[in-house]
Amino acid sequence: MSIEKISDPRQIRHWPGHMETDYIYTHGIAGERFFKEIKENGRITGTRCKHCNLVYVPPRIYCERCFEKLEEWIDVGTRGTIQTFTVAYVDIDGSKLKQPMIYAMIKINGTDGGLVHKIDEANPKDVKIGMQVGAVLKPKEERKGSINDIKHFKPTK
Amino acid sequence: MSAKIKKYPGHPLKSAEVREGKVLTSRWKPKAKYMWSAGVAMSRFLNELKKGKIVGTKCNKCGRIMVPPRVFCEQCFKSTDKWTYVKDTGTVNTYSVSFIAGDASRIKEPIIVAIIDLDGASPGMGIQHKISEINWKEVKFGMKVKAVWRPPEERKGTITDIKYFKPI
Amino acid sequence: MLGKKRVAIVGAGLTLFRRNLKETGKELCYGATKMALDSAGLTLKDIDSVAFGSAPDAFDGIHMKGENMVDGSGAWRKPFSRVFVGGGTGVFTADAGWWHVASGLFDTCLVVAEEKMSSCYPHPAYAFTTIFDPMMSRPLGTTLIWIFALEMHRYMHRHGIKKEQIALVSVKNKKNALDHPCAQLAANITVEDVLNSEIMCWPVQRLDISPTSDGAAALVLASEDVAKKITDNPVWIDGVGWCIDSTYWTNRDLYYPDYVEYAARMAYKMAGIKNPPKEIDVAEPYDPFDYKELHHMEGLLLCKKGEAPKLTAEGVTQRDGDLPINPSGGLLGVGNPIAAAGLMKVCEIFWQLRGEAGKRQVPGDPRTGLAQAWGDLMQYGSVIVLRR
Repeated sequence: MSIEKISDPRQIRHWPGHMETDYIYTHGIAGERFFKEIKENGRITGTRCKHCNLVYVPPRIYCERCFEKLEEWIDVGTRGTIQTFTVAYVDIDGSKLKQPMIYAMIKINGTDGGLVHKIDEANPKDVKIGMQVGAVLKPKEERKGSINDIKHFKPTK
Repeated sequence: MSAKIKKYPGHPLKSAEVREGKVLTSRWKPKAKYMWSAGVAMSRFLNELKKGKIVGTKCNKCGRIMVPPRVFCEQCFKSTDKWTYVKDTGTVNTYSVSFIAGDASRIKEPIIVAIIDLDGASPGMGIQHKISEINWKEVKFGMKVKAVWRPPEERKGTITDIKYFKPI
Repeated sequence: MLGKKRVAIVGAGLTLFRRNLKETGKELCYGATKMALDSAGLTLKDIDSVAFGSAPDAFDGIHMKGENMVDGSGAWRKPFSRVFVGGGTGVFTADAGWWHVASGLFDTCLVVAEEKMSSCYPHPAYAFTTIFDPMMSRPLGTTLIWIFALEMHRYMHRHGIKKEQIALVSVKNKKNALDHPCAQLAANITVEDVLNSEIMCWPVQRLDISPTSDGAAALVLASEDVAKKITDNPVWIDGVGWCIDSTYWTNRDLYYPDYVEYAARMAYKMAGIKNPPKEIDVAEPYDPFDYKELHHMEGLLLCKKGEAPKLTAEGVTQRDGDLPINPSGGLLGVGNPIAAAGLMKVCEIFWQLRGEAGKRQVPGDPRTGLAQAWGDLMQYGSVIVLRR
């Protein structure tokens, strides 16, 4: 090809920039009710599909399997079982955390769903798959209608 | 079916409801920064702009002299063959007059944006730029214009090394 | 007929189109998809595949949003594809659904399109900025309205068209939308209202533009033998076409969309249409701006170059005219949740051909209809031709 090559690397240009975006997400019909229940009543809720005999947590307004509209909301309690967990020693950009953080996928007992959240008040060495845990909520006046209204899950007997 | 349906799904919201927190929302501002590679053709183009010149590439098969330059001709699908300088004068192919800024707020002095077909490039080979030193009501299609460059010490190797085009 | 099997649309669904809807994107998909399934008397078990369309992830603010919308689109554990071609997505998703079934690979396909532009704060215009070349356009502060204005002005200049003639399209479509139950911006306006509205970027004024919106639309497609069991009134997809030009939009004469013509020719050839103005009974070309309806009417070969404003002024494109254009109210009247807007047009033609469009019904028993979408950086056209 007869195009002259650029041999001086300082001549190759890079163009810096960013994507300007900022987001406000609505939680939706199901999400609005789920988070309001946590905020106002300290309750974790789910929706039940009668046809498939499933309880969804987080709740949804439709069943992904049979596509029926779900209108039965139930209080699913605050206890769960650790399905899997990890202990993080570094944060999002790779720098060391002061204290290791335990993240777990917690199946809410009696349902077919669960939440990903933090485990605290536990030694990372003692955390096991199958361990029973319970949600620890922030005091009502500090709750905002967010997943962080649950401070963490802690081991229960 | 359309005529028989009484209710269509959807719960409309007013922006006030969102702003005043009447609906629960989450806020997130992603940090998305980029360092795009200009590539072989555009690197040369930008370097030439710093020198006060506009360069294009020629495809010998279809004969087009293309600006912005490219290392391959997208129509013949082969490498381009030659770098060719084009003039910094041209004609107005189309223009529009903006009374709003990027964030949709109104601006006092309108910005005249245009596509300018450059002399020396193939017909219709335009680049996007601004027109100034003329009242927006007097701009005409086909008007002849010339680039007004920044002084050499202010040029950085960007399309804005040309401040704007002015009528000649 | 191309393909192994003839493909029909047997059901359609639509949500409200509004600037801001409370539902998440998934819930919007569910609303439209469930309606489409119910209208065809089908359940998820009857669906073999899903073709989903949505425009940039940046609008909803969900990276990989196709994957996110899966359960609301009925695609749980099913073969799923997402297609995306900017504004052309809505009609192209229907084209993609077509090949799912025409190939013989699937008997049924759910076609779903969704957009939730309200998440992008303070305005989705910001998400558009990275569509532009970072070196040639962004440093100038380019906005989307600038480039539409450049195209509109070139079109006006080449044919000597005045703003008053173009404003008639906005008046017609917003009025048509008064009869659409999902419409966001239906209104009775006059040409004077358009000409007196705020100048955004000359020659574009506020009432020339469609809004940004949230919404979803869905169709159920079925192969011939299956369709005939589901309904006595299938609407056949007889032609599909799509075409793309390069992003070097400043190197094109913007007065005419060649790529729309190529997409149209591909669809007309498949459908055996030789004289589009005579053989098409009703059309829904893409109208994000009023001049675009005219631009696309010409690109679709529904009239000669430069002739579209004349047909509009003569009333030919009204619902009771010889060639009704955008009887739904289009994007200008109903709303513009990008991908869902294009699919809304296909839903409209489906309902029109079945005589189910209620107050929007065009008279005269239409049998052949067309929907078209357009997108990206003034470079893409997708077309679908439907027949009863």
